[in-house]
Amino acid sequence: MPSLNHFLVLSAVLFSIGTAGVFLRRNLITILLSIEIMLNAVNLTFVAVGRFLGTVDGQIIVFFVITVAAAEAAVGLAIVIALFRHRETLSPDAFMSLKW
Amino acid sequence: MLTLIPLLPFIGFLFNTTLGRRVSKRVSGGIATALMFASFGVSVSVVGRMLGAADHALEQTVFEWIPSGDLNIPFTLRVDPLSALMTLVVTGIGALIHLYSTSYMHDETDSEFARYFSYLNLFAAFMLVLVLGASLPVMFVGWEGVGLCSYLLIGFWFQKPSAADAGKKAFVVNRVGDVGFLLGMLLTFDTFGTLDFQRVAAVAASMPVEASLGTLTIITLLLFVGATGKSAQIPLYVWLPDAMEGPTPVSALIHAATMVTAGVYMIGRTAVLFSHAPITLDVVAVVGVATALMAGTIGLVQTDIKRVLAYSTVSQLGYMFLAMGVGAYAAGIFHLYTHAFFKALLFLGSGAVIHALAGEQDLRRMGGLKRELPVTYWTFLVGALAIAGVPLLSGFFSKDEILFRTYASGRRVLWLVAVVTSFLTAVYMFRLVFLAFHGPAKAGYHHEEAGHHHEEAGRHTHLHDAPASMAIPLIVLAIGSIFAGYVGVPHALSGANRIESFLEPSFGVHAPASHEPAEAVPEGASAAHDQTSLELTLMGVSTVVALTGIGVAAFFFLRRRDRAEALARRLPGVHRLLLNKYRVDELYDAVIVQPIKRLSAGLLWRGVDAGLVDGAVNGVGAVVRSASGAMRRLQTGSVRAYAASLFFGVVVILGYFLWR
Repeated sequence: MPSLNHFLVLSAVLFSIGTAGVFLRRNLITILLSIEIMLNAVNLTFVAVGRFLGTVDGQIIVFFVITVAAAEAAVGLAIVIALFRHRETLSPDAFMSLKW
Repeated sequence: MLTLIPLLPFIGFLFNTTLGRRVSKRVSGGIATALMFASFGVSVSVVGRMLGAADHALEQTVFEWIPSGDLNIPFTLRVDPLSALMTLVVTGIGALIHLYSTSYMHDETDSEFARYFSYLNLFAAFMLVLVLGASLPVMFVGWEGVGLCSYLLIGFWFQKPSAADAGKKAFVVNRVGDVGFLLGMLLTFDTFGTLDFQRVAAVAASMPVEASLGTLTIITLLLFVGATGKSAQIPLYVWLPDAMEGPTPVSALIHAATMVTAGVYMIGRTAVLFSHAPITLDVVAVVGVATALMAGTIGLVQTDIKRVLAYSTVSQLGYMFLAMGVGAYAAGIFHLYTHAFFKALLFLGSGAVIHALAGEQDLRRMGGLKRELPVTYWTFLVGALAIAGVPLLSGFFSKDEILFRTYASGRRVLWLVAVVTSFLTAVYMFRLVFLAFHGPAKAGYHHEEAGHHHEEAGRHTHLHDAPASMAIPLIVLAIGSIFAGYVGVPHALSGANRIESFLEPSFGVHAPASHEPAEAVPEGASAAHDQTSLELTLMGVSTVVALTGIGVAAFFFLRRRDRAEALARRLPGVHRLLLNKYRVDELYDAVIVQPIKRLSAGLLWRGVDAGLVDGAVNGVGAVVRSASGAMRRLQTGSVRAYAASLFFGVVVILGYFLWR
């Protein structure tokens, strides 16, 4: 039976992987995926701590996070497609100015 | 009923400002003049009712003006003997001058003509508010109003820079005095808790006479500063001679007969306060007599006909202040009243001369007008005799009353100076008469100036005497100048001095009359006899002085004009000093105007405004600009840089909370 700490460590590892992906990868879609990983790491923490405390609060918050993440993915991918149509590239370094 | 007196001219003002330019001169001038005569008629009937009233006073509250806690000022008009006399002078002489103006200003265009009459009506309305106001603030409304109208009328021909400057000068100098009036008014409210003349007088009457500098002395000194501004006394007299840039009827109405007497009137109105402040009274008397002497000497050498009369006005106002200063309030107001007649007459007469000579004002280019302008000459002569103090004319009675009261108050030096001034008055007035009307006719103006002007105008080819609408006021005023004095024939000449007993209630506390009998009532028969013989002696002295003055003028300016020039050459310094009016304008310019200009330019403009105010505004801009220049470098546009800074920020904050 894994303890709370196991879950928290796994969550921290996933969050770090996500963060590293946001900083290091040069593809907008990969960055979005990394953000999803970070969000799910946080979700895992919520659920684990909720279970540990014997309440459903953590699960309720996770539902909200999943909803927001879905919306974010939809809007984010739409923006990515729009950017790609402009520049034919997905490198975040190509988009440094606020308007062009 | 009381409200109608100032309201009628105000209606004239409204009519002439709105519709005046659309109607002919006959209509605009006619309405303005008719309303003034109507106002005079109303005044007469009001004064009649006032005399019938029990306590010789009528009052009407027009509306609540400033109801505010402790300060409650209703807009109240009140007529008592003093304001009744002033109202009659203002409306009566004002109406005559309106009539005169319809002819004098006839060369103006329709809209200018209407503008002139609207100002003149507005002036009359404000002057009547000043006179009838029952409290200091209401009086102040009129006080400021007449100042405004004075400015507008002096600068009536504003295309002429000198006229525009003179208007500004009058306004600014008056404003200096107004500050004194305003401060005096505030201090009055602070001391008495009310601004109504009667209530202030009632409180002040129970206060002790101040031997040293106290509140009453300060109040009265401040009010006197206001009076010096409006009534052209040292040190604020400088605007009045320049005010002669205005049309001549304006000089007659505003700068001789009515507005400039406002200061004298104000002292009479607050006589109880002044009576309790002997220090102020001394100041008033000395300033008055000094002004009279100074203006009289300047008047001796001026060459502009209107300026001579202007200095004569300043000098006569000095007489009135002298009377106020020795506590002879009735005598001062009496002189104000007679002076209104003969000074208006003299100004209108000089206006007739100027009109006949097509704008010529220089005495040196006049002469021999006696034959050409008989009406003007004879009326002018009456005015000159009256002002010189020749017996049996109005000026004689009022001036002698002042001289007698001054002597009787024990101020012999002031009396002596006043007598010298009286001599000067006779000299400069008859210098004017002899230069303008006697002697050889100057051929020049018959053809050159007059002809030139009239070719342009396309009418008259010779000098013409005053037309009827100018002659009637002259004749009426001449009759007034002769007979106006007979209301104040002194006891010494077995007269009743009715004007004094008429006015006396206005200078005391508002109480049942006969509270204190007139001062002239003797304690004993011998004292009365002494008084009478003293008064008769003094009368003799001043008669001799006046006649000598006329004689001297006749010698120098009628018989031996070369002697006058020789005298001027013999004393070049004195002559030049007088001609330059003691260089007071230059002194004020150097001591007050230039330093203020330098201070304004150097400190206030370049220092405070450009340095401090602009500096603060520009400084804020510059700081924001440079700070944001540095901050702008953080805004790279790279999303990952933002994410990194966000991440490290969170790490730092979390670290702080975990390990603190």
